[in-house]
Amino acid sequence: MEWETVIGLEVHAQLLTQSKMFCACPADYQDAPPNTRVCPVCLGMPGTLPVINRRAVEYVIMTGLAVNCEINEHTFFDRKNYPYPDLMKGYQISQFPMPIAKNGWMDLEVEGHTKRVGITRIHLEEDVAKMMHIHEPTGESYSLIDVNRSSVPLMETVSEPDMRSPEEARQYLTKLQSILRFIGVSTADMEKGSFRCDANVSIRPKGSTTLGAKVEVKNMNSTRSVARAIQFEVERQIKVLEQGGRIIQETRGWVEERGLTVSQRSKEVASDYRYFPEPDLPPLVISREQVNTLRKALPELPDALRERFMAQYALPAYDARQLTATRAMAQFFERTVGGNKGRAKAVSNWIISELSRLLAAAQKEVDDYPEATLKTWSTGINQMIELVDAGTISSTQAKAVFDEVFTTGKEPTAIVQEKGLAQVSDTSTLKTIIDDAIAGNPQAVADYKAGKDTAMKFLVGQVMKLSKGKANPGLVNGLLKGKLESLKG
Amino acid sequence: MPELHDLTIHEAHDLLRTKKVSSVELTRAVLERIRKVEPRVRAFVTVTEEQALQDAHAADQRIVRGDIAPLTGIPMQLKDVLNTKDIRTTCSSKMLEDYVPVYDATVVTKLKTQSPVLLGKGNMDEFAMGSSTENSAFHPTHNPWDLTRVPGGSSGGSAAAVAAGEAFFSLGSDTGGSIRQPAALCGVTGIKPTYGRVSRYGLIAFASSLDQIGPLTKDVEDCAMVLSAIAGHDTNDSTSISNTVPDYRKSLTQDVRGLRLGVPKEYFGEGFEPGVEQAVHKAIDTFRHLGAQVEECSLPLTKYGLPVYYIIAPSECSANLARFDGVKYGHQYKGQGTMWDVMEMSRREGFGPEVRRRIMLGSYALSAGYYDAYYLKAMKVRTLIRQEFEEAFKRYDAIITPTTPSIAFKLGEKTADPVAMYKSDICTIPINIAGIPCISIPCGFSDGMPVGMQVMSKALGEETIFRVAHAYQQATDWHKRRATL
Repeated sequence: MEWETVIGLEVHAQLLTQSKMFCACPADYQDAPPNTRVCPVCLGMPGTLPVINRRAVEYVIMTGLAVNCEINEHTFFDRKNYPYPDLMKGYQISQFPMPIAKNGWMDLEVEGHTKRVGITRIHLEEDVAKMMHIHEPTGESYSLIDVNRSSVPLMETVSEPDMRSPEEARQYLTKLQSILRFIGVSTADMEKGSFRCDANVSIRPKGSTTLGAKVEVKNMNSTRSVARAIQFEVERQIKVLEQGGRIIQETRGWVEERGLTVSQRSKEVASDYRYFPEPDLPPLVISREQVNTLRKALPELPDALRERFMAQYALPAYDARQLTATRAMAQFFERTVGGNKGRAKAVSNWIISELSRLLAAAQKEVDDYPEATLKTWSTGINQMIELVDAGTISSTQAKAVFDEVFTTGKEPTAIVQEKGLAQVSDTSTLKTIIDDAIAGNPQAVADYKAGKDTAMKFLVGQVMKLSKGKANPGLVNGLLKGKLESLKG
Repeated sequence: MPELHDLTIHEAHDLLRTKKVSSVELTRAVLERIRKVEPRVRAFVTVTEEQALQDAHAADQRIVRGDIAPLTGIPMQLKDVLNTKDIRTTCSSKMLEDYVPVYDATVVTKLKTQSPVLLGKGNMDEFAMGSSTENSAFHPTHNPWDLTRVPGGSSGGSAAAVAAGEAFFSLGSDTGGSIRQPAALCGVTGIKPTYGRVSRYGLIAFASSLDQIGPLTKDVEDCAMVLSAIAGHDTNDSTSISNTVPDYRKSLTQDVRGLRLGVPKEYFGEGFEPGVEQAVHKAIDTFRHLGAQVEECSLPLTKYGLPVYYIIAPSECSANLARFDGVKYGHQYKGQGTMWDVMEMSRREGFGPEVRRRIMLGSYALSAGYYDAYYLKAMKVRTLIRQEFEEAFKRYDAIITPTTPSIAFKLGEKTADPVAMYKSDICTIPINIAGIPCISIPCGFSDGMPVGMQVMSKALGEETIFRVAHAYQQATDWHKRRATL
């Protein structure tokens, strides 16, 4: 039988706000010692009350707008009740019936086609503390709790079950990551846990319109492992069904090292979270004015930017995609081209081949660097293009110079001079060198006169050697040939 | 001259201001009173004698500098549901027997700016759940007018302390009548302000949408002074109201001539003791004599107050009390078992039967499949009750009712019958559901026990309430009677 895969994704992204969701503690906890980013509110101490972080609400509205959602005017928070030691209040403040954003979509480019994936809802909630389970070599085991992460703003984006392959799922995640980074609401870093994805995977006979029993797959820490986990899960489900078995609705964990999913807990009896509206917070009213203001302030999104780059700079699709991978990269491209649109392709080549290679080697992104450095790189790329065009240096030399610009931050012209890299293109200097080469190699000259072509190549080599490689090879060829021909005379 | 511990705040304030008495003298007098009567009344969970004397010295230094606020140097008690930094705060529960907060409730911070004297923490029904203070995990409190009777609850320790001269005032909390019902049963004055008028930050929550902090005092003037000190917007409480706080004492100068007072018939009749009704009817006659226009009215939704309350309050409490799991603070089970066993057993051992009952009621009401029939329905009826009061206040400036259907009952009389106990809050509960302000003031005696009367008004109508209640106290002297101990 032919099977169809049905995938829906739930993504939790931590928001890049200064403070936590409901208190004034710093939201940036990654490098802080355990339990140092805490206060009575995020510790859930008796008598404390939450206060809504307005910036976090704005970030969810911005995300909603970026993925074509409607923004609910009247919304509110709910309490999601479940006991767990990492949940300080015994309930999580979340949103259940009335998310901030709903009914959106994103277009993916899959194998040359446009695929639209629906976004059911985007809501705001708080993160929980982190538990560490310690097993001592002595056999003793215990758990530790770090409350720093408790109440960090968390945005949950739920997709429709519209994806049909692991590759579509991977693209959805990559695109969502890129959008969140573009609008600056999240670092969307899966490895650091600021972007987490749970995949709901089911299969059904091709042509069927009913959904099969869904399995929720968790614990993936990269977009690649999401795709791998889904692939594994699809194959597992097909095998179960084809052997006459039944898919159990459950949660399964992805085990990266073993490349498989394992059952975690049965979800056949759905957990009852006893949601009810959070009485400690007034309803959240999002005015249309606020939505419009945020809409106007949204930066150009990756899709629009890519199309503009293709139209405005006559760039191939590949270049435009590469250059719009991050907002910082796109901005860097545009500042480097400046008003000189004719140079766009050359700048693109430099960025995609050289700069990207150097960045990858340094494991950095464009926006990891200060403004002054970016300015030097911009100037550097422009000068490299000019120097190569003018024939002052070869393109190989140019790459070496830019390497040094990248690592030392020095001005490229300074490096060219310092290393004495500039090509010798001055005719009189070249003629003197050619004369020296001819005088020092009478046998080669005789060979040339006898009609041996290899002699010419040898003599060019001698000129380059005498000039320490700096002679402009194009000019040397012409001048040497003229001189030899005149000797033939 | 009466004994110092029998004075009102405004009387004591005048003595402090004119330096006829120092805060240390006042404090020593009250501490002496506590030593004398506390073994019989048991209004305190914790007496902070050392803290009190320190506070009194600090207040005296302030007074010497000529810097005296209305509550400077005044000895007070705080219900043990209010967080006090570095001072044990128990909620009268085994769960928090050794719990020492790291922060002050906003009301405590506000009071401290006036340098009052903290005498200690008031006994209460565990986590403010109850109507007799018999649900305290430590000991019951006794009514100063008759030690065999309950003081009411849940702020029973607060009402008893004020009635027994063990504190000039106390702060209580009122979720369904927990300030007004004990105030009535102990013959003192107590106000539940408009929901949001006083910050709840630092009040250990029972039912968040109903809880409100308020003062228990010896008369209306004192009540106005304390409320002026604790009311106001708080950025830490998103449900607090931002309107500026008036000086409530200024509303005490006016009389009640021409005011329209409604008397709803649903608050009289079956289930009400004749002695209580007679006292309230007499009080209503007093208002007529004072020139108010009194009219009988009807609030037919009153009967739904109790059932609505016993859906909403337990639902919210089931979530509010989830944090007490033995993991972070509070009572922890010391036996063997898994993480889950520790959490479950800590709660089983730490909470008393009434708290457990309400957590179970609330968890049930919120469960999938029952939510619409219980919680959602209750919220809809709540809206109707609120609208019924709003309509009534288009016709009346204030509404007068009894505070309780009966005088204080005997200790142990209702402990075996939760529903009978719940019914003692029948007059007070609808007010919390509507979120409006309401005071209880003494209006007579029945069988030698105090009777209380409620005066309520529309949201933020505290000034009208104070005006009406103060006019009554100017014409009567029930509030001046003191229990003999």
